[in-house]
Amino acid sequence: MINFLKLISRNKLALFGGILLVIIFVVSFLSPLLPLKDPDVIKTSDRFLLPFSEGYLLGTDHLGRDLLSRLLWGTRLSLLVGISAALISATIGSILGTIAGFYGNKTDNVIMRIIDVLMAFPYILLALAIVAVLGPGLFNAMIAVALVNIPFFARNIRGVTVTIANKEFIDAARLSGMSNFKIIIYEIFPNILPVIVVTISTTVGWMILETAGLSFLGLGSQPPQADLGSMLGEGRSSLIVNPHTSYVPGAMIFLIVIGVNLFGDGIRDALDPRLSKGELVKPQPVTQIKLNKNVKNNSSSFLSVQNLTTAFEFDNKLHLASKDVSFDIKKGECLGLIGESGSGKSVTALSITCLVASPPGVIVDGSVKFQGDDILKMNYEQIRELRGNKISYIFQDPLSTLHPLIKIGKQLEEAFIEHNHQKNKEATLKGKELLKLVQIPNIENVWNSYPHELSGGMRQRVSIAMALTNDPELIIADEPTTALDVTVQAQILSLLDTLRKERGLSVLFISHDFGVVSQICDRVIVMYGGQIVEEGKTENIMSKPRHPYTSQLMECVPHIGFGKRKLPTILGSPPSITYKKEIGCSFASRCLFKKDNCLNEDIKIVRKGDSEVRCLYPHE
Amino acid sequence: MNYLLQRLLSAIPVLLGITIIVFFIISLIPGDPATAILGSYATPENVKLLNEQLGLDKGLVQRYFIWLGNLVQGDLGRSFALNRPVLDEILERFNATLILSGTAFILCSVVGVLIGTISAFKQYTVTDKIITFTVLTGISLPSFFLGMMMILLFAVNLQWLPVSGMYAIYGGGDFLDLIHHLIMPAIALALVATGVVARITRNSVLEILRQDYIRTARAKGVREGNVLFKHVLRIAIVTILPILGLQAGFVLSGSVFIEIVFQWPGVGRMLVDAILKRDILLVQGGVMFVAACYVLFNIAVDLLQRYLDPRIK
Repeated sequence: MINFLKLISRNKLALFGGILLVIIFVVSFLSPLLPLKDPDVIKTSDRFLLPFSEGYLLGTDHLGRDLLSRLLWGTRLSLLVGISAALISATIGSILGTIAGFYGNKTDNVIMRIIDVLMAFPYILLALAIVAVLGPGLFNAMIAVALVNIPFFARNIRGVTVTIANKEFIDAARLSGMSNFKIIIYEIFPNILPVIVVTISTTVGWMILETAGLSFLGLGSQPPQADLGSMLGEGRSSLIVNPHTSYVPGAMIFLIVIGVNLFGDGIRDALDPRLSKGELVKPQPVTQIKLNKNVKNNSSSFLSVQNLTTAFEFDNKLHLASKDVSFDIKKGECLGLIGESGSGKSVTALSITCLVASPPGVIVDGSVKFQGDDILKMNYEQIRELRGNKISYIFQDPLSTLHPLIKIGKQLEEAFIEHNHQKNKEATLKGKELLKLVQIPNIENVWNSYPHELSGGMRQRVSIAMALTNDPELIIADEPTTALDVTVQAQILSLLDTLRKERGLSVLFISHDFGVVSQICDRVIVMYGGQIVEEGKTENIMSKPRHPYTSQLMECVPHIGFGKRKLPTILGSPPSITYKKEIGCSFASRCLFKKDNCLNEDIKIVRKGDSEVRCLYPHE
Repeated sequence: MNYLLQRLLSAIPVLLGITIIVFFIISLIPGDPATAILGSYATPENVKLLNEQLGLDKGLVQRYFIWLGNLVQGDLGRSFALNRPVLDEILERFNATLILSGTAFILCSVVGVLIGTISAFKQYTVTDKIITFTVLTGISLPSFFLGMMMILLFAVNLQWLPVSGMYAIYGGGDFLDLIHHLIMPAIALALVATGVVARITRNSVLEILRQDYIRTARAKGVREGNVLFKHVLRIAIVTILPILGLQAGFVLSGSVFIEIVFQWPGVGRMLVDAILKRDILLVQGGVMFVAACYVLFNIAVDLLQRYLDPRIK
């Protein structure tokens, strides 16, 4: 609760709304005690006095009544009526919703069908029909507004009740012999109360407005009694000559509603988990780059990544996801990047063309030289020219990485059109040629399908075709076979391998699976906790892993034909990404060969022959 | 096609539910209609005679079925205040309401989605802040108050637009004249809905921008403008469509107030007049008619949703 208040008060607009509401409430509810003129005393000699006239701060209306006094009394009445309506409909709606949600089946069906029918009316029609029956009057208008809003509460509360009613503690209460009535009162009600409160706070503004509206139409409060709506309605008849009689109540309604809206938004935002996680912040087209130091990169390699460090920024703290990652890829080479989830391999891959979502992503150090130019020093347009053109990506799980509402053909053509400034005809030819290349049967059919209509393997072939569109020189494949079953996986791998050999492509192949990597990669990098821990030729690493992590990881791979054995696992879990600087080997806590000095200092990566390892005591 | 039929059939219970509610709410009205109609001629014999003529001597359920039978044949009875068939009056009035609400609905959908998207794409810039602030102010202004203020400013002070009505009394009646009269009420009616649509669009676009397929588009080197118009908006419209369906209800509701403020000869104003004159059959017919149109409109929204989102099958 205190946390909640803190969250709201941090939001300045919500705080402003809250204060505005408190002031309006206090002043209007104190109006019987304030030294105000009688709101209903008619003094025709003082008709239509302007605001700031002597004795009348806000002027007078068409009967010479004091507008300030009428405004405060009217506000009080409007608030009372609006809040009462909210409470009535919250009570009835919640009871109906709880019963429907708790008992389910037929009860639920009957109640919800009635609610559906009520919701089929535009709300004002129902309110008008009810007022037509009860006759005009403020009390009747309140009843009408309350009744009209019941379906809204009933629906919301039913939804919450259904989820709670299916939880274990309700079963436990049932088994302990509690009656249904008691369960609802003692177990369900406390859990749905917060939802009821939030729903009230978001709808009370509406109900104040709706009752004011009915009064404005002459169907609510009847003279001489006046709420804000009927004051505005009276003001309308002298709108053109004496607009101040309309401004005064109109401005008050506006203030109340804006106060409720600001405060209600604050409550909603405070309760919305997406906001605190930054999920409602627009990701930039290029990762934010804030290089701390100028990394020297004289490599003439095809692709040379030096000291690449990417972080996620939360609460002004940098959580490093990849640290000091350096590697080269030669033309035509396939480099494997292997590690558990969270080891920083995907972040590294995305950082190469600055695709890490930002915020929260920030590239804080490093250099990525591609054919001699540093990508991290390029502007957006230059990077965009590279993406999907010279460097292209194949992602994991094409069901979520292909656009669900665009036909395969259109998605295939897109990269071609964007980079070649050519029209659809060539793009279509090229696209179909690519589909043939990735061995897709009935191309015309697939061309006009949506992603969800294809099988997983087909979708992955399509994304490979998509990556090949502009004859790229580097393909970055981020776990391209993870979502597939083993036979399809093998087909996709051999397809990728053939294509890269035929076309002399360089490939950065990311995986968590040694089996997959060993089939396709010339060299392998092993990552752990955001760092490279070992690098070397595939056959060397497969036969003689030097880092304890690598060897332990390989132990976990089952082998066919070696009989039954217990599959080992690596005890413990990988380090989480944190902003704290930790000294020493990040694998030490799980390492079977750990010695005392492993945690004393940062371990440097040491080159020996054509391999590198980050360990003080590597296997020899 | 199959689905269309299925969807139409599923609307029948809802429509029946509406007839039941409308009929029984209205028959709860206290007082004897015959006495009200006859006024000072309400001798017991006359009342009895008229009750028989009106079918009011029969039981409630029997009366419902008679009413329903007539309703299906398009007979909603006669308005006693206007002394003409209810359906004729409604059809004439509904035309005006449709023009007003339809314009406002299109306005709120197009403008709302547009500024919501711009606001999301320029998140935290001055543009976004101006839009967010305007939207917040807009959704807090009661439409009837806004309408009055617009009349004061644009009709009375600046004299750009007519104060009220649908056509000029002298020499009007053409399309331009209608547009001229339509501008203020349509904007006043659309404002709140536009704000609501803009807010939901903004959030929904921000959420979509985080999706993997948007990253794919960027990885392909698609220009940001095309990412927005071809990729983001395509999804955004599908997610916002049900919200637009709801807004249609709010626009229809709001039209009652706007028709009063701008003296627009629509169904809303007719209903309020009918309630104040206790013209029961007209209220009954009007509510029934508009509610039925709204149900049909929502079916249309559903169908459009299905058409735009091939995943729903």
